[in-house]
Amino acid sequence: MENEEMEKEAKTVTEVNLKEDFQASGVADILTELDNSLIGLKPVKTRIKETASLLLVDKAREKLGLVNESPTLHMSFSGNPGTGKTTVALKMANLLFRLGYVRKGHLVTVTRDDLVGQYIGHTAPKTKEVLKKAMGGVLFIDEAYYLYRPENERDYGQEAIEILLQVMENNRDDLVVILAGYKDKMDKFFESNPGFRSRIAHHIEFPDYSNNELLEIAEVMVASMNYEFNEESKKAMAEYIKIRKKQPHFANARSIRNAIDRARLRQANRIFNNSEGPIGASFLSQIEDVDIRQSRVFSGGIDK
Amino acid sequence: MRVTQGTFSFLPDFTDQQIHEQVQYCIDNGWAVSIEYTDDPHPRNTYWEMWGHPMFDNPDAAAVVYELNECRKVYGSYYIRIIAFDSSPGWESIRLSFIVNRPAEEPGFKLSRTEVKGRNIQYSITPYSSDKPQGSRYK
Repeated sequence: MENEEMEKEAKTVTEVNLKEDFQASGVADILTELDNSLIGLKPVKTRIKETASLLLVDKAREKLGLVNESPTLHMSFSGNPGTGKTTVALKMANLLFRLGYVRKGHLVTVTRDDLVGQYIGHTAPKTKEVLKKAMGGVLFIDEAYYLYRPENERDYGQEAIEILLQVMENNRDDLVVILAGYKDKMDKFFESNPGFRSRIAHHIEFPDYSNNELLEIAEVMVASMNYEFNEESKKAMAEYIKIRKKQPHFANARSIRNAIDRARLRQANRIFNNSEGPIGASFLSQIEDVDIRQSRVFSGGIDK
Repeated sequence: MRVTQGTFSFLPDFTDQQIHEQVQYCIDNGWAVSIEYTDDPHPRNTYWEMWGHPMFDNPDAAAVVYELNECRKVYGSYYIRIIAFDSSPGWESIRLSFIVNRPAEEPGFKLSRTEVKGRNIQYSITPYSSDKPQGSRYK
């Protein structure tokens, strides 16, 4: 008897405190972490915040009995390489988990090869296997447009697309799909696959980084590897970014990472060849401007 | 006659939500979950047909429920069970097994007594359904 009364009381919630929900879900932590750990990407952060508040309000409405259908959460991330799509997807998975929209919050990253088979009858089990692995979490399909190859009408990609669409629709509560890739190719992909366009609610665009942002990223990367720039090498890095950006195959943060890796290689070589006697930690972690200026980029060549 | 085999067999049939929760318990224990089906309900019929491979690396039970529904589409009139294997002892041993789908009508078992030497009696049971050939036992 008492239990019944208590249950009744619990069911008739008439008020929710959004601020409390916000704090309790741990979403606030993720959003601040997103702000601090990712440089630039203003529009992306705003969109994620908007999405987070929408989902939070939806959950609150559900509590008050204002039931609406579970929202479509499938997303598309479009932007140039190295703009942080995968990193943000990882954060997004965590965010959706904290908000209670996915049960486990793991991220499964796949490309065309993981979904599409090599012969007839190979694709469906392969795609289903991946989808099952991603259930309860987020499926991140990198370079999604390669699934669709209009030039080959017998391509098995179409089969994978059909299964994907079906599961995206029927198992909406079980997994969230994020499609990612270059902006123009993604647009074309959506144009030729209207089924995808209508099933994806959130299109988020990732802008390129500015020179200053790239330099900031470089500094963060160097610091995370326990190295440091001095004044000259920082200047050299800024110049490197300026020149590298104009060259083909520039991949934003990824190019910066590669440049730093090569600078570390040169630094190690320089220290090894020049050192006599004992050296300290600060010497080992200092990246000099020569380490950067030796790059082919400065002499008109291309760093891959 | 309702066949009772495995865990929970004296409870009413589970809903998908309840199956989901039981399977999630198995997965959280690190057990591999598998789906099996048969149309021979004899209690000594231990090895049922496998529906796909055991699912070793799915962190969420939704995958199992999804496959179960796929299996129901094909073998909806058969017995289907879910089995959880624990490999931690060094071999795969069954930790949990429960029936999740059964035929609409279960005709039960025939008990036959055979008198043998010294007026002893040997008992054996035969499912009525296995009079018909495999594949046409349940409609």
